[in-house]
Amino acid sequence: MQETIQVIAFIAFTIMTLLPALLLVLSRNLFHSALYLLASLFGVAGLMVLLVAPFLAAIQVLVYMGAIGILIIFGVMLTRGMMKMDHIFNNQQAAAAITAVVLFIALVLTLSPLVDEMDIDPLEKLNVDFTTIDEPPDVGYETVREIGRVIADRNGFVLPFEVASILLTAAMIGAIVVAREDEA
Amino acid sequence: MIPLYAYLVVAAALFCIGVYGVLARRNAIAILMGVELMLNASIINLVAFWRYMTPENISGQVFAAFVLVVAAAEAAVGLALVIAIYRNRRTVQAEEINLLKW
Repeated sequence: MQETIQVIAFIAFTIMTLLPALLLVLSRNLFHSALYLLASLFGVAGLMVLLVAPFLAAIQVLVYMGAIGILIIFGVMLTRGMMKMDHIFNNQQAAAAITAVVLFIALVLTLSPLVDEMDIDPLEKLNVDFTTIDEPPDVGYETVREIGRVIADRNGFVLPFEVASILLTAAMIGAIVVAREDEA
Repeated sequence: MIPLYAYLVVAAALFCIGVYGVLARRNAIAILMGVELMLNASIINLVAFWRYMTPENISGQVFAAFVLVVAAAEAAVGLALVIAIYRNRRTVQAEEINLLKW
């Protein structure tokens, strides 16, 4: 019963992620694309919940959907006006589609369990059998508490955490300076 | 149960949709949205590998959180650049922003 619910949830979140993403790149209306982006990000947050990463799912909704998504909507609205959205694709659209499909086929084939049966050497040298893992071990601890402990721990990730704060401050100051009106 | 391969295929599909969005769209903000899709695909990959390979070590999730931080910074600066370009050139079509082109 629980497995069935997990499979149903996985399929639902996959459709919630991939279908709006596809509509995003094919949509003629840029504002609709921004809304499809929000829907796709919500699907990604759902996949993170399935993967026992609730902190990341919450951060995804708060930061990606709530900040970056809204920022993109602001950008869409501030750069309207004289643009006509008649031709939304440039003249390398066909090559881009072929590139994307070929890349997807290459990625899927590289990760396929069939590759093990074909005895391709590089994967055997890696000595990792990750393509056939079906039953992951249980996560026996609270991930949120562990993340909180490890980003403040001296032997943990406190230094990258502080550097990330500096990065965000620098990005904020840079964005303000770049987008500021010139005081002529 | 859901095999790891399923999550990797979902992330690969999202990444390839993002690649198509970056390469084929004319509007700069649509290109930025494609970049966000690619970053989300990488985050799904990271969390899936953490869950199936090393769930006892929280470093995988922390790595994914830092990717999210970098994505946020990049989106903010990218959109500021797009707004500044629009203010100067009154267009955000990537083909018409060609002052530095030979």
